[in-house]
Amino acid sequence: MNKQPILQIQNVSKQFPGVIALDHVTMQVASGEVHALVGENGAGKSTLIKVISGAYSKDEGTVLFDGLELDNPSPVDCINLGISTVHQELRLVEQLTVLENILLGSPKEISTLLGRLVDWKATRDQAAQLIESMGINIQPDALVGELSVAKKQIVEICKALSRNAKLVIMDEPSATLTEKELDVLFKIIRKLKQDGITVIYISHRLEEIFQIADRVTVMRDGKHIITDEVSSLDRKKLIAYMVGREIDNIFPDRTISTGNPLLDVKKLSIPGTLEDINFTLHEGEILGIAGLVGSGRTELARAIFGVDRKGSGEISIRGKTTTIRNIPDAIKNKMALIPEDRKLQGLILDLSVGMNISLVGIDQVLKNSLINSRLEKDVAEKHISLLKIQTPGWTQLIKFLSGGNQQKCVLAKWLVVDSDILIFDEPTRGIDVGAKQEVYRLLTNLASQGKGIIMISSELPEIMGISHRILVMNEGRITGEVDPKESTQEEIMHLATIQNQKSH
Amino acid sequence: MANATNKSNSAVKSIENFFLFSTREYAIVYMLLGLFVFLSATAQNFLSLDNMVNVFRQSAIFGILAAGEFFVIISGMIDLSVSSTAALAGILFAMIIKAGGVEMTPLAILAGILAGLVVGIVNGLLVSKLRIPPFIATLGSYLYVRGIVYVSTNAYPIVSLDEGYNYLGRGFILGIPVPVIIMVLVFLFSIILSERKKLGRYFYAIGGNEEAAYLSGIDTVKIKTLAFTVCGLLSAIAGIILMSRLGSGQPNAAIGYEFEAIIAVVLGGVSFSGGKGKALNVFFGTIFVAMLVNGMTILNINPFVQQIIKGVVFIVAIWTDVVRNRTKK
Repeated sequence: MNKQPILQIQNVSKQFPGVIALDHVTMQVASGEVHALVGENGAGKSTLIKVISGAYSKDEGTVLFDGLELDNPSPVDCINLGISTVHQELRLVEQLTVLENILLGSPKEISTLLGRLVDWKATRDQAAQLIESMGINIQPDALVGELSVAKKQIVEICKALSRNAKLVIMDEPSATLTEKELDVLFKIIRKLKQDGITVIYISHRLEEIFQIADRVTVMRDGKHIITDEVSSLDRKKLIAYMVGREIDNIFPDRTISTGNPLLDVKKLSIPGTLEDINFTLHEGEILGIAGLVGSGRTELARAIFGVDRKGSGEISIRGKTTTIRNIPDAIKNKMALIPEDRKLQGLILDLSVGMNISLVGIDQVLKNSLINSRLEKDVAEKHISLLKIQTPGWTQLIKFLSGGNQQKCVLAKWLVVDSDILIFDEPTRGIDVGAKQEVYRLLTNLASQGKGIIMISSELPEIMGISHRILVMNEGRITGEVDPKESTQEEIMHLATIQNQKSH
Repeated sequence: MANATNKSNSAVKSIENFFLFSTREYAIVYMLLGLFVFLSATAQNFLSLDNMVNVFRQSAIFGILAAGEFFVIISGMIDLSVSSTAALAGILFAMIIKAGGVEMTPLAILAGILAGLVVGIVNGLLVSKLRIPPFIATLGSYLYVRGIVYVSTNAYPIVSLDEGYNYLGRGFILGIPVPVIIMVLVFLFSIILSERKKLGRYFYAIGGNEEAAYLSGIDTVKIKTLAFTVCGLLSAIAGIILMSRLGSGQPNAAIGYEFEAIIAVVLGGVSFSGGKGKALNVFFGTIFVAMLVNGMTILNINPFVQQIIKGVVFIVAIWTDVVRNRTKK
């Protein structure tokens, strides 16, 4: 294999007001390798790839790609040079077909009397060929909006290849994938490698690094910490590099006993989404909900919380039948939903930390029906110290906090109103190991205070690590309940994928 | 050549940084001071007390409209119908005083305000309940509300009104024009509502992230409707003052005023994408626009050219908003 570096980063620095995002980073990516980039949130990974792909300009240092110095190129320059990025938030046009998406921006053209027009036949052939080379069954004429996340990602990769990418940067491609879909992604990455294409792979799931990467670079606090062969590292060492200290057991001890029934869900159905859901959540219990993306987990959370009203069924809280028609009803019953997507559903990014924290319990900071900044400060600072939220102050805009700290603010919002039933949808998505550990500790603490916790998660290790019981969902139904202490990941995957076999 | 592009790039960048960081919130204060100094030096009599009073009086009507528009914009929407709403409220005010004499003033004011509230509520429901995009919904209102004004007057002005009709527009209290006093009260109300009231916080929350606001238990349909309702209320107040100042009921009144109002809001640093901005800065934006118009008139700039300058200022104001929101740093 060609061991020439395809990408050389020398002394690159980038500063934002008040933050040094990149601090003299020097690293090399060898041609044709799969190079993993890891680090906690705020370590500078995203900034680095944004500099490489032209989304940010660097303050100092040099970037050499394929022997050519990149002097703050535009994103389009980078694509033309052969640097493509597959973003975590996919940038596809949902209303167009697979074919149109792949060749968007670089269609084959043909000269006619009317000027240059798109040559649809050549375009289609090229796209079809690309999809076929992936070994995946995707119809070129399918609308992208109708594809699964995994297939959309493959379309993104095809799009990169159609522009003759030499370097493909994948920014947390696995965050939304199930285990099975991940296998497909890995197959494709191996194929890219075979074809001599270099891949930079960013992920928070360390297991994946060991499965797919040749070398790994660890970043921390905007600095380059180490680049090494994956084979000479292990999980523990890698984490130690990332957080700067060793973490022994990331899961806290489970609280032992659970108490009285807190939430009873009976025969909950939403036509086409949920079917005959029955379960009980107890005081002090962490109830895990596992299942593939699209199995109805999020819909279940939203239905209980009164977001989607069309359901039938019965919900009782502490043994009392309750009607929850909308979110205010759910809040009155001391329920909370910490949604899947922090930025889109959890936070008001342009408001301060304090304003976000007091949003649900705003009545508590009113005095003579005016917002009292003294009260608001007290409430905010109480929760900042309670949850150890790292922020320069309560008036800091929440968008400047790291993912883990933002997530804590979303939780704080519900602790202000003393919620008893907390539903977490993917609480550790996109946050780093150190912050994950803290979230686990928080969940366990809340449970030990007698609160009931429902945790939806795609990460089997964490759901098995902290739940008391796990419900597995598939196609809108609960297909089984397992005891995490006495079952394996394989058993859960089996329940999550079994085909419709409802007994009549 | 590469060097030249680099230079111009860095020039653009430093202008961008100016708006982006150091002065984000106070840009309008500096601009206002700059304009003030410039006009003091170049325009004769600009600094006279009479002229200063004039500037404030000229700003009162679209300033009140700007305050209304402010609440809709921080909620992430826009209201294009404010000038028509103002005309409807004002014409109703004129018609009632025409019919019943100046003693009917309280009733006339009440009727005008009620009309503004109704238009606001309808706008709000069109947007929040029927989910029509605000731009389109209020463009429709802009037309039909003005249509109601024309139908109810047959497009004839309402004239020969009692003397007292003029008071709200032309009167003075302790030497200060009544419209200016009302405008200042409206901005005080706006500052308190936006910064100290739960409703104001909800406007910012919805403008910043509607989905997150909804999932936090905020009734987004109700709050969005209320944003338009407040805007309707303030538009009505502006319309009543305007008609009073005109001394008659003019069916054509206020046409085009929504632009001055929106320019003032945007110059005040309020983001078009919602969730950001301060009422006090909208007040400064208002004074800026009034001062600009006043200065151009004193400098004897052709009214048509003035229109061009206003358009350019509008685009520059929007550009700064775009720069502020751009992610590339």
